[in-house]
Amino acid sequence: MWQGRVGVLALVVVAILAGIPMCGAGGGGGDNQLEVYSWWTGPGEEEGLAAMAQEFEAKNAGVAFVNAAVSGGAGSNAKAILASRLLANDPPDSYQRHAGLELEDDVRSGKVQDLTALYDREGWREVLPQGLLENLTIDGRLYAVPVNIHRANLLWYTPAALDELGLGGPPKTWPEFLAQAEKIKEAGRTPLAIGPQWTQKHLFETVLLGELGADKYEQLFAGSLRWTAPEVQAALSTYQQVLSYSDLRSASGDWQPQLDRVVQGTAVYAVMGDWVSGYLEGTKKQRWQQGYAAVASPGSDGVYSFLSDAFTLPTGARNPELAEKWLVECGSTEGQNLFNPKKGSIPARVDADAKLYPGYLGWALAQWRDPKTRIVGSLAHGVVANNAFNAEIDSALGLFNQNGDLGKLAATLDRTFEATR
Amino acid sequence: MSGPFRIPGAGQPGGEGPHGLELIGTTPAHRPRHAQAGVEGDWLHRPPEPVRRSPRVRRVPGWLAGLGLMSPSLVLIGVFVYGFIGWNVRVSFTSWQGLTPVYDFVGLDNYRALWNDARWRTDARNILIFTTVFVLGALALGFVMALLLEKGAKGEAFYRGVFLFPMAISFIATAIVWRWLLDNGSGGDTAGLNQLFADLGLGFLRSDWHKSDSSWAIAAVALPAGWALSGYVMALFLAGMRAIPDTFRESARIDGASEWQVLWYVMRPALRPVTFSAVLILIHISLKTFDLIYALDQGNLKIDTPSLYMWFTTFDGGFYDRGATIATVLLIGVALIIGPYIRHWLRSERR
Repeated sequence: MWQGRVGVLALVVVAILAGIPMCGAGGGGGDNQLEVYSWWTGPGEEEGLAAMAQEFEAKNAGVAFVNAAVSGGAGSNAKAILASRLLANDPPDSYQRHAGLELEDDVRSGKVQDLTALYDREGWREVLPQGLLENLTIDGRLYAVPVNIHRANLLWYTPAALDELGLGGPPKTWPEFLAQAEKIKEAGRTPLAIGPQWTQKHLFETVLLGELGADKYEQLFAGSLRWTAPEVQAALSTYQQVLSYSDLRSASGDWQPQLDRVVQGTAVYAVMGDWVSGYLEGTKKQRWQQGYAAVASPGSDGVYSFLSDAFTLPTGARNPELAEKWLVECGSTEGQNLFNPKKGSIPARVDADAKLYPGYLGWALAQWRDPKTRIVGSLAHGVVANNAFNAEIDSALGLFNQNGDLGKLAATLDRTFEATR
Repeated sequence: MSGPFRIPGAGQPGGEGPHGLELIGTTPAHRPRHAQAGVEGDWLHRPPEPVRRSPRVRRVPGWLAGLGLMSPSLVLIGVFVYGFIGWNVRVSFTSWQGLTPVYDFVGLDNYRALWNDARWRTDARNILIFTTVFVLGALALGFVMALLLEKGAKGEAFYRGVFLFPMAISFIATAIVWRWLLDNGSGGDTAGLNQLFADLGLGFLRSDWHKSDSSWAIAAVALPAGWALSGYVMALFLAGMRAIPDTFRESARIDGASEWQVLWYVMRPALRPVTFSAVLILIHISLKTFDLIYALDQGNLKIDTPSLYMWFTTFDGGFYDRGATIATVLLIGVALIIGPYIRHWLRSERR
């Protein structure tokens, strides 16, 4: 029996010892740690985050910056893990979200703290464009600090391809695009390259924006214009026609190969956000306005459809004071100028040094700062629709690809919008 | 499956009791307690030396010691498997959406909504097609490979390794490679298998694979899945074939049976249990398939399955109610398949 007892005792001791590090992991690190959660693991963005982290540690001696980044799926993997941590009320000290309604659920569930006072203290309202502030506001308050700005409504092409085909210039409206597309098709090329499902949603919002105009686009997502309204149905019909000129049936597996087809010349146009610029300059060694070019997508000249990565202050963060300092870093000119040139985006603030942003970024920055530019939010990247509606749109567009039923698409979007608002 | 529940010593040939398999707590009362404790004692401490202990210390009854040793895993399984299944079923009867858990009761609303959900219907059809093609394909391929190796091909060990390797590769990596192999670009964009066909002068074999307009598009996903698992099926069959005594085949041949007749009348019946296991393993893998399709072509509804819909609706959209409903329906589906397996296993255990 003695031997048996020793065995049982040993088992108990081992179980306890095994449990200790688990408790430690659950409890997190010491007082001088800042855990920041993001999906910035790709080239450029990771270095940008590291640069900001370095400056943060230099300013706050003795504080360790813990990078809790989760890679994959344009943030969708990170979001799944984050959701379970938020549900367990075990948030990191600060986490990344796309600015806009992607944060609505967090706000309504009380997962993030109101940052309106911090905005006032730091004077951020004066240095951020009004259109951005409007899109950041949820139920009258501000909850996230934007670090960067990407532009979504862009049509990419190579000047050489347009010359070869004698097209004169990129299309200014979607009907003009359809006319060009017919010619391009006759010349044996793909008029529009497309990629996986989310790039189709990106195209979808771009066609809606171009066909409806900025006002009605915003009304549509605010609920004052219905999805079944005649003008919206007409825009959906345009989307179907545009899709018919794309390589949807042999769509690329990701956005980079989608753009590769444009660079190689098998396809002529692609609708994509401005992360394309960093990819074409870096990986493909192309130069802005020589090897590649972009204009506002058809029908959206003077409109800047943005998306932005923003950081929050979660309820129950272990180190709220440090987290607030991190947010100040994110909102500062220095922080944004450290991050954005590396990531290939522009700063959200309008007072950053323009010299740091050459090529495409310089053009984008000038448009962003132009007071005449109309700023709207992107759908596919979480600004104008909450997560629930966005996921329902994914299903609806996926089914539409199979059945091509416009009436059903409009009815489904109308119904799911009401059900998820 | 029910392995952890077995008492050592019970269920062995010659053991008492009509069932040969006994669960903790169902030990027949008529069994002499000391006899049973003796069995347990032998197992607990080795070597079974002469017992020298004070008569005041009474031995813990064997079943209690067994229960004590089993209880950590029983508790863990109880909480982390059955507890969470119960919790999941509970959530499927709520209207929980978003980051605020709601534990109301909406009856069968979620199940009714799922029944009318166009995406769910597509998914259900897809998973049936995929399972059929994948299971039959992997089974046939695995069987043929096993047969070839069994016939004594040269370098058997080498081929066995080669055929088994794909299973060692994660489904994600498999999917990334096959995403390129199954590229359906045409003209200057031709790549992957289509490129290979074109180079070999077999251009007529060109296919759109999983991006085809056919409602059977998902059948193309059986290619990477079958590639990954047919080696495993081969190993199962090979083990099964090796277990058939040579004398059976020899005597059949002496009786004048052709090789086909040997295959059909001698090998096939002997391989039935192996085939049965292989089919069940493949079916449950097929129903669970997630990462392969997730990485192959994310969000393409032509190859969408219930498990993918569950993930996207729960974690992208925050529809915890719908996600739990899909999970529950999937569980019932798997149970309907695993149920017969357990019954079969219990029956063969009895023999």
